[in-house]
Amino acid sequence: MSTLVLDSASRWFGNVVAVNDVSLSIGPGVTGLLGPNGAGKTTLMAMMSGFLAPSSGHVTLDGQPVWRNTAIYRQIGLVPERELSFGYLTGRQFVRANADLHRLPDAAAATERILEEVDMVEPAARRLDTYSKGMRQRIKIAAALVHDPAVLLLDEPFNGVDPRQRMHLMDLLRRLGDEGRTVLFSSHILEEVERLARHIEVVVSGRHAASGDFGAIRRLMTDRPVQYAVQSSDNRALAAVLIAQPAVRAVSLRADQLDVQVDDLGSFAVGLPGWARQHDVTLFELSPSDESLESVFAYLVAR
Amino acid sequence: MNGTIAKLALQALLGRRRFFLLLAFPVLLIALVTLITALTDGDAAFDILPGLGYPLVLPLVAILAASSVLGPEVDDGSIVYLLAKPVNRYVVAISKWVVALAATLVAGSLAILVASLITGDTTRALGMFVGAVVAGTAYSALFLAISAITRHAVIASLMFVLIWESLLGNLFTGVAWLSIGQWGLRVGHEVSAKLPDPANLTWAVLASIVVTVAGVWFAGDRLRSFSLRGED
Repeated sequence: MSTLVLDSASRWFGNVVAVNDVSLSIGPGVTGLLGPNGAGKTTLMAMMSGFLAPSSGHVTLDGQPVWRNTAIYRQIGLVPERELSFGYLTGRQFVRANADLHRLPDAAAATERILEEVDMVEPAARRLDTYSKGMRQRIKIAAALVHDPAVLLLDEPFNGVDPRQRMHLMDLLRRLGDEGRTVLFSSHILEEVERLARHIEVVVSGRHAASGDFGAIRRLMTDRPVQYAVQSSDNRALAAVLIAQPAVRAVSLRADQLDVQVDDLGSFAVGLPGWARQHDVTLFELSPSDESLESVFAYLVAR
Repeated sequence: MNGTIAKLALQALLGRRRFFLLLAFPVLLIALVTLITALTDGDAAFDILPGLGYPLVLPLVAILAASSVLGPEVDDGSIVYLLAKPVNRYVVAISKWVVALAATLVAGSLAILVASLITGDTTRALGMFVGAVVAGTAYSALFLAISAITRHAVIASLMFVLIWESLLGNLFTGVAWLSIGQWGLRVGHEVSAKLPDPANLTWAVLASIVVTVAGVWFAGDRLRSFSLRGED
């Protein structure tokens, strides 16, 4: 059982601030680090894995500093986003080299055990440069897990992995979390994080924007004001009706459509057809105009 | 010294196309010397060694070896796979250096010995070999340190050899005091007086040791601070 703690950690490169005063604590179980591209997830991951010194603040694992402390890697398994450039090794040789570097007493047995665990026994005799993206990802995880670490850090582990292999990887990570390991993975895809992580940390533009279980984060995200574009037979009449509803915050008329800002998505969705029918307005089209994840993040930051 | 790191470094060295280039230099050198020995009388063949083999082939081999064991991994960041381990980073640097050194000694110094022996005069050949071992050792450490700091390690190392050691070294005799190649020759002079006698022996020995130790230590220190920077 290990806990990774960031205490007001910041990191800047020249005058660009990549991570801004982030404090969080990551304990056993699967945690998702969610944020759009360029939010500083990789920088955070690098600080947490001892591959970047925080410009200010502290990063510790069970009280031990992570930077310039190679002993920490007995407890940490790292799966970087970087590609493997050891194409001339077979999968088995690569995992075995990792086991040897950890000076495991029975490196050969540990290698076979972990290859079994990630379901890579059969392709392990092939060279790494013949592997598919999903296989490389699994062999990287095997290499990171071979010494049975308490903490597993994965940077964008599902990038470029096909859906079937993604399911497989998720099952594996979920199992590792259930065993009591501290598993942290980063992703810019909400659905991925939601399906796997019990606990979610959200970072946007280098800031820690939200933290909580996935239900709380989901509620934050769905309860935010949402923008809709509506087209109907009589936009002006519909606007008059809508602005009278408590669920609607603002309505504006554009050339041939209405822009509606909604506070309470639930009652708006339920009420809209009835309001239109009552006033003899026919709805032609209703579409959300800001469902992108970036707008969700923008809302969380401004909150 | 860590066996696993050394083994991986050796595989990195042998597994790249650069390795054939590394082999081509000594093969060409020996072939050239053999050819000229067969075609000419007198000592024309030996002149190739102080003129081409020692000042050019040896450092080029050292550059290729040092940059192959460290350069690509630092460039693409895949060295994190080796560094995310409870292994002292100085040990990582030493292990990689040992492999680069072995390659330099075999493909550089040994080739120079073989080529010198072909021209006759065993003592002189041994002197060249001793000089090449000393210079090869210091070169490999220096170029390893350069590989640990810059992506353009090959270019930077070549500049050092071509501009500093060869060009300026030929123009100004004082450069001999700060030239790895000249230190090696000075040590080789102790074996065979036919080799030139630039600089002072104590200085040559001490300076070679300092460059070797400092180069490897510096490479280890850079690895200790190795940072991953995100694409973002």
